[in-house]
Amino acid sequence: MTKKILIVDDEPNIVISLEFLMKKEGFAVAVAVDGEEALAKVADFDPDLVLLDVMMPKKSGFEVCEALRADPARAGLKIVMLTAKGRDTEVAKGLAIGADAYVTKPFSTKELVAMVKAMLGVA
Amino acid sequence: MKAKHRLIVAVIVLGLLMTGPFVVTSLLVWLDMKEAERGMLTNLLVSRLPVGTMMTLFGFVIGVLVLHKLFKQYVEGLLRMAETLRLMLGANRNFRVTIEGPPEVQQLAQAANDLAQQRDALMDDVDSQIAIAKASVEEEKNRLAALMSELAQAVVVCNLDGRILLYNNRARLQFKALSQGPTSVAGGALIGLGRSIFSILEKGQIEHAREVIHQRLIAGKTAISNFITTTRGGQLLRIQMVPVLATSPGEAAEVSMSGYVLTVENITRSIEEEERRDQALHTLTQGSRSSIGNIRAAVANLLDYPDMEAELRERFLRVIDDEVAKRSVVIDQTMSQFSDAIKTRWPLEDILGIDIIAAAQRRIDDKLKLPTKTEEMDDALWIKADSFSLVFALVCLASKLQDHYEPRELRFRLTSSGKLAYLDLIWAGPAMSSETFYTWEMEAMQVGSETSPLTLRDVIDRHGGEIWYQREKAAHRAYFRFVLPVATPELEQDQEERTRGKGRPEYYDFDLFKFEDKSIDLDRKLSDLTYTVFDTETTGLEPSNGDEIIQIGAARIVNNRLLRQETFNQIVDPEIPLKPASIPIHGITEDMVRGQPNIDVVLPAFHEFCEDTVLIAHNAAFDMRFLQLKEERTNIRFTQPVLDTLLLSAVVHPNQESHKLDVILERLGIAIGKRHNALEDALATGEVFLKLVKLLEDQGIVTVRQALEAAEKTYFARVKY
Repeated sequence: MTKKILIVDDEPNIVISLEFLMKKEGFAVAVAVDGEEALAKVADFDPDLVLLDVMMPKKSGFEVCEALRADPARAGLKIVMLTAKGRDTEVAKGLAIGADAYVTKPFSTKELVAMVKAMLGVA
Repeated sequence: MKAKHRLIVAVIVLGLLMTGPFVVTSLLVWLDMKEAERGMLTNLLVSRLPVGTMMTLFGFVIGVLVLHKLFKQYVEGLLRMAETLRLMLGANRNFRVTIEGPPEVQQLAQAANDLAQQRDALMDDVDSQIAIAKASVEEEKNRLAALMSELAQAVVVCNLDGRILLYNNRARLQFKALSQGPTSVAGGALIGLGRSIFSILEKGQIEHAREVIHQRLIAGKTAISNFITTTRGGQLLRIQMVPVLATSPGEAAEVSMSGYVLTVENITRSIEEEERRDQALHTLTQGSRSSIGNIRAAVANLLDYPDMEAELRERFLRVIDDEVAKRSVVIDQTMSQFSDAIKTRWPLEDILGIDIIAAAQRRIDDKLKLPTKTEEMDDALWIKADSFSLVFALVCLASKLQDHYEPRELRFRLTSSGKLAYLDLIWAGPAMSSETFYTWEMEAMQVGSETSPLTLRDVIDRHGGEIWYQREKAAHRAYFRFVLPVATPELEQDQEERTRGKGRPEYYDFDLFKFEDKSIDLDRKLSDLTYTVFDTETTGLEPSNGDEIIQIGAARIVNNRLLRQETFNQIVDPEIPLKPASIPIHGITEDMVRGQPNIDVVLPAFHEFCEDTVLIAHNAAFDMRFLQLKEERTNIRFTQPVLDTLLLSAVVHPNQESHKLDVILERLGIAIGKRHNALEDALATGEVFLKLVKLLEDQGIVTVRQALEAAEKTYFARVKY
């Protein structure tokens, strides 16, 4: 079965690349441009993994992550946080509130794909 | 018993001795006689009585004369001598006993004079020794104070009570710049000798720092403590405290603190700069992350999927183009916004551009014997520079020009454009190639035998500046242009303050180490108290008829010294029109009072300035009346004791007709230049008071209470406003 990925980021310039990349890798992709939309899309789209930007309008990535982790029904959902903040304190916070991985921009697309595949158990 | 009385007794005794035995004998014989014998004797005696009486009287007079002579010579003479000796002991030690009277008295007088001579010699010797010692101590103190006053750091020395014993000019300027609220009205920040440091700095922090030092002293560590504090105005101060250790007699085991030295640095600016630098760093790093991330992902896709559709390829290229354009803007903005903050960290000082040029001119004249001139000079232009290396670079260039082109003279020009200063070194001569200049730029600098490890380029980089070579074709000359950063000097010395304090610096008073309780005690000596001498200028002479204060001037007297640096001088807007007739008297015009604070603002500031001091004014009743009429409106009451130099002058010289300030100044030999400005008059009053204190002491008026009581009794005190 095709794995589903939700991309959450308010910057179209990164969304276009991520969307293209994940589709090419054979995933089903949906996009949300802010935190609130992200929560709604998770309910509708029921993704297996969320690529979540930290800095967003309305709700930050941290808040979205916390909200998702508060729902026991979504325990299996993988969360990868993407951020332009590279400070180790923020990395620690992201992992502490339940993200499965924390990727700082700029990142290598190959590594990201490899990581996503590993997390979803896709060969 | 008085000497006179004793003389009288002696005369009576003499009289009794001369008449007594005869009278008693006669009485006894008389009682023994029969009636007939008595009648015979009466007849016999009465006829001879005048002769007997005459003889007795004669003898008595001779006796009295002898007695009187002896009394004059031995008793009165000795009394006089005793008085003279008292005088020699006290008031006039040069006085000598007059050698007179009988030989024994003369010998005594001679011996007394010889003793006095010997004593004088000893005293002179001691005095001169003391004078020498005092002078050297004074010189040391002055040297220390002079040193302090020129320091670029703000330094304040306090005793353990937090009273200020010494501060330097930088400290005064620093705290003046910090002072908020009413005190800044008259520029009188509350730094002053004998004042409490706690009015400026948090007491708790000072006490904590003292405790830290105390612990460190006990532990035998370097006794120093640092802390950072914020002022009321939100400025950040870094303060370093070191103890003033008491010189304990003998080898006392425990070192004790008798005060402390605070060095104060305002770090608000550097902290702000640091924050800006952080911000710049942040914009350039963190801010780039997401952009570069976007570009990287787009590029990776383009590379990894070369066979994508043309439309998609186009979109990825646009992402790259868009992000790169945005980053370029950010970089430009950051550079212009934070250019100061990202400059090299070489410590540059703020210096007047003309000072650099003057130094270079001297060196060029001295080393190269090459005449120099100046052209357009912006003499108010401050630059940030490492003056030593910059001057060396200028002299080095001059030397190279001399070697290669032999110009007859060099010229300097100093101009500015925005945040940049242009320092030009101009000469007339043939064009030089840019290669030559490039080599000059990169060579280690050298002037004669002096070399520098730096190249011209290093010096320029150190300043975050630039240099280029340019020709002025029309004038057949060329110049090197140094571009240097312009500085905004933080604290400029104000010249007026400097000239006013000429002579002995008044920023210190080490005698205040012993100065503990400073509350006003009327039974303390006049010379021990802290005073505020003040004067007001007013719109007229009738406070109860609506006349108002238009200027308050005041100065402090601490430890018997008039402090000309610690003054209060403020023009007040009376909020009523000035009377034209009064303007020539006080010299204050409508233009001067408009826009000044009104009495509601000035009076609290003045009240704070006077805190814990006795007030002094000439004809104080007049000034006090004006202040009292404002009590209700401002809720400010001046409750401290007030001394009036007019009344005190009347106490000292009750027989003089006039006690006007001018007349007193002349009488006491005080020369004052300008007057009839509140501050100048207050200072003059202060001088008068200091002289009067000595004259009052001679009259036994030593304490404030005595002075107040004596003043009250004078005739002038009965005239009321």
